[in-house]
Amino acid sequence: MIGVIDYYNTQFGELWQKSLFDLVEEVIEKILKQKGIDKGEIDAIFFGNMLSGVLENNLHTASKIAEIVKLNIPIFRTEAACASGGVAFNLACQYLNSNENKTVLVIGAEKMSDFSPEQVVTGLAAAASGEEQEAGLTFPGLYALMANYYLEKYKYNEKNLAYVPYKNHYHGSLNDKAQFRKKISIEAVLKSPYVAYPLKVLDSSPITDGAAGLLLTNKKNYKNNKGVYVLSSEIATDTISLKARKNLDELAATKIASKKAFKAAQLAPKDINVAELHDCFSIAEILAMEDLGFWKKGTGGGKIKELGTMFGSGEKLIVNTSGGLKAAGHPVGATGIKQIGELFLQLTGQARNRQVKNVKYGLAQNVGGSGGSAVVTILGI
Amino acid sequence: MIGIVDYGFYLPKYKISVEEIAKVWGKRKEDIESSLNVKEKTVSGLDEDSLTMAYEASSMALKNFPEREKIKTVLFGSETHPYAVNPASTILAEFLGIEGNYLAYDTEFACKAGTSAAISAFGLIKSGFTDYALVAASDKATGQPHDSLEYTAASGAVSLLLGKKNLVLEIIDYGSFSSDTPDFWRREGIRYPSHSGRFTGKPSYFHHVESATKNILKKNNLTPAEFKYAVFHMPNGKFPINISASLGFNYKQVEASLVAPILGNSYTASGLMGLVSVLETAKENDLIFFCSYGSGAGSDAFIFKVTAQLKNKRKKLASTLKDKKYLNYTQYLKFMNAI
Repeated sequence: MIGVIDYYNTQFGELWQKSLFDLVEEVIEKILKQKGIDKGEIDAIFFGNMLSGVLENNLHTASKIAEIVKLNIPIFRTEAACASGGVAFNLACQYLNSNENKTVLVIGAEKMSDFSPEQVVTGLAAAASGEEQEAGLTFPGLYALMANYYLEKYKYNEKNLAYVPYKNHYHGSLNDKAQFRKKISIEAVLKSPYVAYPLKVLDSSPITDGAAGLLLTNKKNYKNNKGVYVLSSEIATDTISLKARKNLDELAATKIASKKAFKAAQLAPKDINVAELHDCFSIAEILAMEDLGFWKKGTGGGKIKELGTMFGSGEKLIVNTSGGLKAAGHPVGATGIKQIGELFLQLTGQARNRQVKNVKYGLAQNVGGSGGSAVVTILGI
Repeated sequence: MIGIVDYGFYLPKYKISVEEIAKVWGKRKEDIESSLNVKEKTVSGLDEDSLTMAYEASSMALKNFPEREKIKTVLFGSETHPYAVNPASTILAEFLGIEGNYLAYDTEFACKAGTSAAISAFGLIKSGFTDYALVAASDKATGQPHDSLEYTAASGAVSLLLGKKNLVLEIIDYGSFSSDTPDFWRREGIRYPSHSGRFTGKPSYFHHVESATKNILKKNNLTPAEFKYAVFHMPNGKFPINISASLGFNYKQVEASLVAPILGNSYTASGLMGLVSVLETAKENDLIFFCSYGSGAGSDAFIFKVTAQLKNKRKKLASTLKDKKYLNYTQYLKFMNAI
């Protein structure tokens, strides 16, 4: 069994005074100190990051991390767009499944605010298909197409979508490391300017700087006093082009990965108590709830309005207690690690004022691009 | 005591509304107006530039000052000087009838080129180099079409005559805070300025204005409550309100200076236009706090005290604002030499 033995994340937001590797260094220093282990006990590092090659011309990041930690251990960098963190975590699990008695560090980090919005948007578009980029489609555009299709097919409107950021901003207000700690009203979401119809500014996750790290081990009885285990972590891929998809009201990669993850964990959706879902745009959380089997396809637009997945609802499944990508922020490579880290905090009773009661199982869904990659991870105690 | 002997301003009569610009780019005027707190901005005419506006403002400042030979320093602060090489300060001086025995130079430090020049002028007067110094701050500010600057970049000029006698404002103290913070720039040969979006806020404007303000208040053992008015550089209508509140000034202290919502940001003249507005109502012995901001970056803070002379030299800004003519977007592009 792979144990998750600790978690640390930096403040998420506009961190003008910090570079990408300042953030990485902070995570390494803090998580080792917090857990009280020496860096010499780390056997390998897995690093999730998307944009350092595109924006900073820094691709050989493994070696840069070696310089920071002053170790000659194996270090791997993963890139799968916004799923870079989730894929790094999955790869770390594969490594631990293949090697006995190891302890590894998984880090996700992204530095976005030093660059103009045009540069960042162009960089992020590298995760989309070349043809769709040439056609002028941006990520807001791709998700807007899915949102339009979903709203039309199931007879919902923009107000249904607005309940996602409404809920997640409330959760963000409870997370002192979130980028946005301000509660917002449904009306404010509906009045915010359009980014790509029907998605508005307040339907969309922001540009964020931040880093997060997890310590994993497969050593028996090694500092796993909280007893949190990886029950499963599964990756699935799908066509990069939206035009090549069979259905626009689902992410097939999420469906496939979650099916495998539930099977491997020997659990069903009804067993999950907390979930961190990839709400890069409001429509994405609704699709994810359906694709993961929490809600029946086509019912999500109505179910979200009941706010049963909001902290304090008393329902069994609470979603995106961290604030999600929308309110906690979306430092691309760090997001997948932060999601699993939030599950760790919830499972170990460390989520303070947003702590959900009686948490036994948590699920994280991390998506790359518009569904070209998806990682579904289930943790349990 | 060294201070401001007289002052003048110039505002072009042409204006364009935020609504007119927003319409072109498919934006909602309510969104822009609420995010910037600007409704309209001034636009200089086709035959106007920073030099012609500086001349108008300086003429007003020198209207009752015939002894031009006593002005041995003429400084011109702008980020839109008409020439890259060739001083505008000498052209300005010649047209004002200041001849021969004077020091002239142009200054550039984004939106604080004028206030920095005023600090130099203060030093030159104190050293005995000159009895009077004229400082002009003038800009025909440009923002690239479809850039967020387009909603605020405006035109205007303010001129200050500094000296030691017959002051309207005593300069009690001044201070400066600077750092290498590249939030806004324009390279040689490039037509429009570039900026780093939200970086121009917290680590740039707010950090420098706050640092300069706190330093000078501490040095003079003064608190915000002791000032009748506070004036801050106005890149938009929102920043001065936010910074004044965070520094402990109340809205009433800053209200009289808030001209950006109807004038936009005339760069070097922006904060000084706020001062001109305050001087329309200020009374003897009022303390006025003033802080500029120039990208790149730095802030100059001043503590002014109003003298009895002000009532004789007060300028009418509010009535001038009524004389305006609205442009459509195409006329605006023509007036800004964009087409």
